[in-house]
Amino acid sequence: MSKIIEGLKYSETHEWVKVEGNVAIVGVSDFAQKEMGDITYVDMPDVDDEVSKDEEFGALESVKASSDLVSPVSGVVVEKNEALEDAPELINQDPYGNWIIKVEMSDASELDALLDAAGYAKLIGE
Amino acid sequence: MKYYDKLIFELSKKGRTGFSLPENEFCASRNGGVKPAGCLCKALPDNLRRSSDLRLPEVGEVDVVRHYTNLSQMNFGVDTGFYPLGSCTMKYNPKINEEVASMPGLAALHPLQPESTVQGALEVYYNMEKALAAITGMSGFTFNPCAGAHGELTGLMIMRKYHLLRGDLKRNKVIVPDSAHGTNPASAAVCGLDVVVVKSNADGLVDVADLKPLLGDDIAGIMMTNPNTLGLFEREIGEIAKLVHECGGLLYYDGANMNPLLGVVRPGDMGFDIMHLNLHKTFSTPHGGGGPGAGPVGVAARLEHCLPCPRVIREEDGTFTVLHGSEESAGYVSGFMGNFGIILRAYAYILSLGHQNLLLAGKYATISANYIKESLKDCYKLPIPSICKHEFVFDGLINDGAHDDVPGATTLDVAKRLLDFGFHAPTIYFPLLFHQTIMIEPTETESKETIDSFIEVMRKIAAEAAEDPMLLKAAPHNAPISRPDETRAARQPILKYWDA
Amino acid sequence: MSTFSYFPHTEDDIKEMLQRIGVSSLDDLYSDVPAEFIFKGQYDLPDAMSEQQIREHFAALDRRNTKLKIFAGAGAYDHYTPSVVPYLAARSEFSTAYTPYQAEISQGTLRYIFEYQSMICELTGMEISNASMYDGPTAAAEAMFMAMACTKKKTRVLLSDTLLPNVRRVVETYAGFHGVQLGSIAQKDGQTSLESLKAELAAGDVAGIIVPAVNRFGIVEDFTGFAEAVHEAKAIVVEYCDPSALAVIRTPGEWGFDVAVGDGQSLGLPLNFGGPYVGFMACSKEHVRKLPGRIVGQTEDAAGRRCFVLTLQAREQHIRREKATSNICSNESLMALYVTIYLSLMGPEGMRKVNSLSSCGAHYLHDELLATGKFEEVFDKPYIKEFVLRPLVPVEKLQQALLDAGYFGALATEEGYVSFCVTEKRTKAEIDGLVAVVKGL
Repeated sequence: MSKIIEGLKYSETHEWVKVEGNVAIVGVSDFAQKEMGDITYVDMPDVDDEVSKDEEFGALESVKASSDLVSPVSGVVVEKNEALEDAPELINQDPYGNWIIKVEMSDASELDALLDAAGYAKLIGE
Repeated sequence: MKYYDKLIFELSKKGRTGFSLPENEFCASRNGGVKPAGCLCKALPDNLRRSSDLRLPEVGEVDVVRHYTNLSQMNFGVDTGFYPLGSCTMKYNPKINEEVASMPGLAALHPLQPESTVQGALEVYYNMEKALAAITGMSGFTFNPCAGAHGELTGLMIMRKYHLLRGDLKRNKVIVPDSAHGTNPASAAVCGLDVVVVKSNADGLVDVADLKPLLGDDIAGIMMTNPNTLGLFEREIGEIAKLVHECGGLLYYDGANMNPLLGVVRPGDMGFDIMHLNLHKTFSTPHGGGGPGAGPVGVAARLEHCLPCPRVIREEDGTFTVLHGSEESAGYVSGFMGNFGIILRAYAYILSLGHQNLLLAGKYATISANYIKESLKDCYKLPIPSICKHEFVFDGLINDGAHDDVPGATTLDVAKRLLDFGFHAPTIYFPLLFHQTIMIEPTETESKETIDSFIEVMRKIAAEAAEDPMLLKAAPHNAPISRPDETRAARQPILKYWDA
Repeated sequence: MSTFSYFPHTEDDIKEMLQRIGVSSLDDLYSDVPAEFIFKGQYDLPDAMSEQQIREHFAALDRRNTKLKIFAGAGAYDHYTPSVVPYLAARSEFSTAYTPYQAEISQGTLRYIFEYQSMICELTGMEISNASMYDGPTAAAEAMFMAMACTKKKTRVLLSDTLLPNVRRVVETYAGFHGVQLGSIAQKDGQTSLESLKAELAAGDVAGIIVPAVNRFGIVEDFTGFAEAVHEAKAIVVEYCDPSALAVIRTPGEWGFDVAVGDGQSLGLPLNFGGPYVGFMACSKEHVRKLPGRIVGQTEDAAGRRCFVLTLQAREQHIRREKATSNICSNESLMALYVTIYLSLMGPEGMRKVNSLSSCGAHYLHDELLATGKFEEVFDKPYIKEFVLRPLVPVEKLQQALLDAGYFGALATEEGYVSFCVTEKRTKAEIDGLVAVVKGL
């Protein structure tokens, strides 16, 4: 059973979004971290890089796999979680407590297309 | 094999030396006390001189010999035992090949020596081109690529060059089956081509119905492995070739799986326009722990003008000359003419095969693979039961021993347990079409007794899994080390001696 | 039925195996192949040869080559290979192994690659080395891709005009197909011009530059100001090095560069008519994720013992497929072992001696050649083992006279200069012999 948090938005590619004003805080779901297994590296964009909805902005790596991170919203990266650079395992330990990037959104209406907790639970069959 | 824990740096003692160099004939003492012009203190100004220490080991010759001998004893090679690594064709590496490749005269030739002084070496290239053309049904070969993936890239460059020369500028996509080796899409990307994936059907073959809608005037070609990575012959290749050619595309043959076709089927006859061979697979040169290999690329006659350079040609008077770049050539893909030392070995192998033994090589590889498949299919899941070529895949154990809270034995566990019995593991988790893939390729150089003992061990391991999967999960038990912590290696990389 | 020594199958073996498979003949194993594709002709190959015949065949081929005293370099150097090197590298536990995917029974390969990476880092002054590339020129091409990957959204890479021609040609080929725009940095007085570099950088869009440590004229280049200028333009510097010379010259690490590539052939590998050689590639920590090829790392096994594995594999083609930086998988592992054993034997002192002997011989030849009056000096710049002169006699005549006397040297450059190279293998007597030939012209 994977943990899903009420009140967050989810993408079909297993990213979660928490909205604070016009900033979207993006991480990956518990389901995603379990599928990856031990995460060994988080490839993140730099601050000021642009990201676009449904386009990759980075990747999670494990020993034998690499999985693209897909942006649920468009905008500019305002912060990246530098703690993940030295401790990628934080995502395994607490996927919702450890966000990956914060994005200043250029079109907040893009959020409407995302799933809510119930919709995401259905997607992953739980 | 025994565990040995030294690194060469740990044997170092200040002031110890392991080299033997001549006396300096130009030194000050012979020069009336005047330092020669070439003295580094004179030749190099201060700001161009290395200022940091050079922390190479300071060891004696005996230290070096023992250290690397000890290291070698923690290694498993084809000469150690059976190596059923799928798609890698780990056949026996004949020793006469090694002998001739290290003949001092051949090994001492400078790559830029004038043609008149290297006629023997050029003849090797020429004869190899003829031999590979005969074996594959292609028209000409380049020997410039240093490995299979390098050959793929070169082949795709030739493909693009061919289209560009015809003014056909739109063809920027290449079709790759979902079962392809990972190098295929990677080579395409390096060559500036977009990858379009074509699916496999339930029989594990390229789905022609899925292929048709992908074909158009933007397709440069298709990369096929035949037999494919499941060891299955792509029966529809005639139809596929027709369709791809009709849309103006070319067919690329990934030669990684050429071995079962040796002496039976020629890629050129199936409609392939470009192909590479892995001399370190099909033509018996040693893999060297990850190279050097050689990846010659063959082409049909209409593409010969696009071959990269340099290339050896034979003049009417029987002498050999080297052809350099032309506007039509795809260009230069490596520093000189190719991995000559590897080509010499493969040439010796082809001479020993001759046309007589060539006829048996592919068939013997194929019979051995089918024999193993039939002997183990009651213990391991066989997803596609049809006749295979040189290799085949299982999809894990039929009974993995999972019960209550005990997890079942996986393909990885089977592979690790095999090491305990003196066999190398098969290729695992590739191709990605199944979850527990075990890909077995025995080659034609293994005796029935070796194969039978492998079968016996695989059956024993299946029985162990059913009884006690944890025994497999803790394997290997008899190797120099047990399973390494790969996650730790990736999270806290220690990539050189001084990082630790 | 064959009596071929590499095929162990007896008639009975085949019968029993066919029976288990449930087919009646070897041909039936190909029943899935459409009949039209079964080759029915005669393969145009010679008759199978016995071992003795193969030996004789190769001996005959060998006789059709001419053994020469090598006074040429241009990317392939006639340094001495100690007997220990091929002796150990030929151990079949090393040579007949595959890529070390099964770490438990590949610790020999993995350990020497780790040692190799450490030594390459030490020579170059860089932080991270991969497990090897095909050769120097392809490593340079991969470095060009690395520059593109490290600096997003830029399209140009600059090549110095002083790079060896065979390096330039390969980089150009790769760039053309991949869609990288190449620019050049002009040379002034035989060395890469800082002014030209700055002008090119000012034009913008530069991802990286490739410059040679020891260039095609044999000159040891002075890169004062290069790293600063390039980094200011948010690009990276790739240095193409002769690794043997790095034992004594300022390293790419000391220059503050980002990537070091080159050919390890000068570290004990025989000339081998051009291959196999071994490319090397090292970089600063910052760029490790963009470094192509295999990398070995240290870790522990379940019992806490130090051991080694292939690591950071999620960068590679077998996982990332078309998204990988490179398509390389097999590299030149056994040649990396040659390099490792060579450097172990030589140590810091041996490497200094090799350079010193080569430099003394080269400078002696240089001065003696000038003294013949048949040449003029072109550049007054520091060099070690290789140099160019302007010939005052026809180049073909010079080359032929040397060849007739058993010397290979005086390679022509595109400007019409000729280059000579002297390693520690060349004796004073050989050098004097060559000079005598020139005097006789």
